Amino acid sequence: MSGTSKLRDTLLLALALAAMLAALAMVFVYVPTEKTSGIVQRIFYFHVPVAWVASLAFLVTFIGSILYLSKRTARWNALAAASAEVGVLFTTLILLTGPIWARPAWGIWWTWDARLTTSLVLWLIYVAYLLVRRFAGEAERGARLAAVVGIAGFIDVPLVFVTVNLWRTQHPTPLIFEGGLTTAMLITLLVCLAAFTLLYILLVRQATRLKTLESELRLLQRLREE
Amino acid sequence: MENLGYLLAAFAVVWAAVFGYVWFMQRKQRALEREIELLRESMDKSREK
Repeated sequence: MSGTSKLRDTLLLALALAAMLAALAMVFVYVPTEKTSGIVQRIFYFHVPVAWVASLAFLVTFIGSILYLSKRTARWNALAAASAEVGVLFTTLILLTGPIWARPAWGIWWTWDARLTTSLVLWLIYVAYLLVRRFAGEAERGARLAAVVGIAGFIDVPLVFVTVNLWRTQHPTPLIFEGGLTTAMLITLLVCLAAFTLLYILLVRQATRLKTLESELRLLQRLREE
Repeated sequence: MENLGYLLAAFAVVWAAVFGYVWFMQRKQRALEREIELLRESMDKSREK
């Protein structure tokens, strides 16, 4: 890793830590408790940023996959794979924090409504993406097949967003676009979104580096065997 | 403070997953570094021959 890259990483880490500490302070100290739902509504400040990061991650995978198929450069392949891995992690968190919030809010852990079901499908698509990559045999073939899944699977991301407007769902429509948040709530949400975005960038940078290192090592091993 | 447990559970799940992933990446990095070292050693040996 070059000196500039290390400095950039350190600055990014410091910024992400500061943003995360600010976000935590705002969620637990600053933001007022919502009158109807009570304290459990504060899960909103993790749940929404986690969903945002998952969507961003799959968008990066989508773009990385297109660029890999058109240019065939290892860099785009590594970025697409790393972002999908982080995306699956954050989609898992959507599927975990959602039910934890749903239980006290709706009285149930899970319901097969359009938003929840498409979110679960999204998770399954990108788990399949990671499995294709791992078990496709030859690395390049796996990367090509996974890129196709990464492009086709992205259709589900906008679908997850529009479900609450297309169908009657248990899941509420986004309050942020309807002016349903007070200024303090909106500021807290924006700080949380920024903190989780920085966390995403940090995780993807490190995961991309590992994927690149891994493919270079495999290539060296293959060359040595030949 | 009704339902505080749910809030703390959601918070704990998020951080456990993030730290778990960071730990997983660190472990993978160490394994890759070890493999690189082994490869380097074996290449040095074959060069000596």
